[in-house]
Amino acid sequence: MHVIESGNVAAATGVKLARVQVIAAYPITPQTPLTEKLSEFVEGGELPAEYIPVESEHSAMAVCIAASTAGARAFTATSANGLLYMNEQLHWAAGSRLPLVMCVANRGVGAPWTVWNDHQDTISQRDLGWIQLYCADHQQIHDTVLKAFKLAETVSIPVMVCYDGYLLSHTYMPFELPEQEEVDAFLPPFAPTHFLNPEAPRNFNSVTLPDVRPDLHGNTAPGYMEIRKTLQGDLRRSLTEIEAIDEAFGEIFGRSGTPFLEPYCCDDADYVVLCMGSLSYQLHDVIDTLRDEGVKIGVMGLKVYRPFPDAAIREALCGRKRVIVFEKALSYGNQGALYADVKSALYSAETRPAVNNYILGLGGREIKTQHLYDALTESINNEAAIGDEPQWIGLKL
Amino acid sequence: MRQDIIEIRWHGRGGQGAITAAKIVANAAFKAGYKGVVMAPSFGTERRGAPISTSLKIAKEKIYDLSPISTPDIVVVLDHTLLAEVDVTAGLKDGGEIVLNTPKAIDAYDFGSHKLSVADVTSCAIEAGLAPGIVNTGIIGCFSKATGLVSRELLGEAIRNEFSAMKPEENAHAASLSFDRTVIGGA
Repeated sequence: MHVIESGNVAAATGVKLARVQVIAAYPITPQTPLTEKLSEFVEGGELPAEYIPVESEHSAMAVCIAASTAGARAFTATSANGLLYMNEQLHWAAGSRLPLVMCVANRGVGAPWTVWNDHQDTISQRDLGWIQLYCADHQQIHDTVLKAFKLAETVSIPVMVCYDGYLLSHTYMPFELPEQEEVDAFLPPFAPTHFLNPEAPRNFNSVTLPDVRPDLHGNTAPGYMEIRKTLQGDLRRSLTEIEAIDEAFGEIFGRSGTPFLEPYCCDDADYVVLCMGSLSYQLHDVIDTLRDEGVKIGVMGLKVYRPFPDAAIREALCGRKRVIVFEKALSYGNQGALYADVKSALYSAETRPAVNNYILGLGGREIKTQHLYDALTESINNEAAIGDEPQWIGLKL
Repeated sequence: MRQDIIEIRWHGRGGQGAITAAKIVANAAFKAGYKGVVMAPSFGTERRGAPISTSLKIAKEKIYDLSPISTPDIVVVLDHTLLAEVDVTAGLKDGGEIVLNTPKAIDAYDFGSHKLSVADVTSCAIEAGLAPGIVNTGIIGCFSKATGLVSRELLGEAIRNEFSAMKPEENAHAASLSFDRTVIGGA
């Protein structure tokens, strides 16, 4: 069944169909309508879950950690400064290997205060040990929420589902809603291997020492460094799971095939634009225009940022003339974080394309299609002898 | 860029239901075979009574560009008093259409080369049994008659679905009355 609803509602219906058991959230623009919809579902009896209102985002994540540790399927959502207020608990959730799912309606970070979209909030949280997935439209938001629970519970790593604040969260467009039975077939109830249980007491996340040590039974227990190495290894291996889950999702729902990168007009492209979120779709029209002018150009939307699908990126971009990375975030004092990651992935490629970096849309600055066209034309013609410094699109200085 | 997208900008006041009106038209258009439907409210901090706008893009194929409308084909104005506060014709394409809720006669206005259609939607809504000031369903009837983009039957169905728990028949009737009483001017 098709419905026309907002991106926040697309996320909320995904959460409902996933039969989530505990929701704890604190409202923040532009995430608020998502949590309002979920509380409506719970209040109206459509979603038999515990909705726990809390006094802050830090508490929201703490409640989700507790619920997940007790074996429940738990969910929260936030944006920008709310996400950052959770920060210490976010590290805790990843280190505890809890399969939480959190939606982030991407918003610029204050100060100065802004409620509008960019990606600085989640990009600044890339090193938590969480998986980060990005969506380009409402169908992807809805589908990614379902896949996120499956992925989180398969690899025991929390997953962030990121989508553009306002541009997607508050925009209405059609998307397909699956039947509950289909979702149940894809996502069976959460069955944790170990959880907090008064019948069988155990310790979780007790203090580790710099070195390994014998546990109660005399077995060598891993130290902090071994446990962190396991998280890194499992995150890297989760790339394989992301592919498998994409395929399994496609078998039931008929939508699959681009687990990491969603290409448009890239088969013969000399020039490839790489970016995340709804911007990759906005670029379709610009690509069409440039193609009409005879430029061999395409765009790839990156759907997985952590773990970074470096092999897929290398394979997709090796041999191109130029890669143009558009970003709504910046690693202040250096370059765009995605730009640096893409260059790093290309370092071992046989033939390395030139790579340019453009920063745009910070704090909701309107991204005009004409600006995108101008930037791409400049990059392709090498007009400004663009170096390694990020270029800014739409800046009014 | 793409030439096949019909761009409609809706002007109303916070709380007047312009977003709901655009959403109803979006649903009806989708049912009528427009696979590309994107409705984007003006983003930010809305206040009751203050001028707001929302944009609706409609096309036969999926729409990928979510950027705001700057050169609409049609503008819909839910409240004629907005004309004194907002330049509703800003960016309106040559020969573009204006759909206006007003108690005044059509010849009280001069929008140059733009085509104007009017109806006293506020009165139609009261006559249909809605509370005074509920204009978002009525304006849809006026929009349907003026533009011919979606049939009154599909709109009636979309209105009943949207207001299934809130006077569905009265709302549909308000649209129907406004449809019948819409006066379409020349360009």
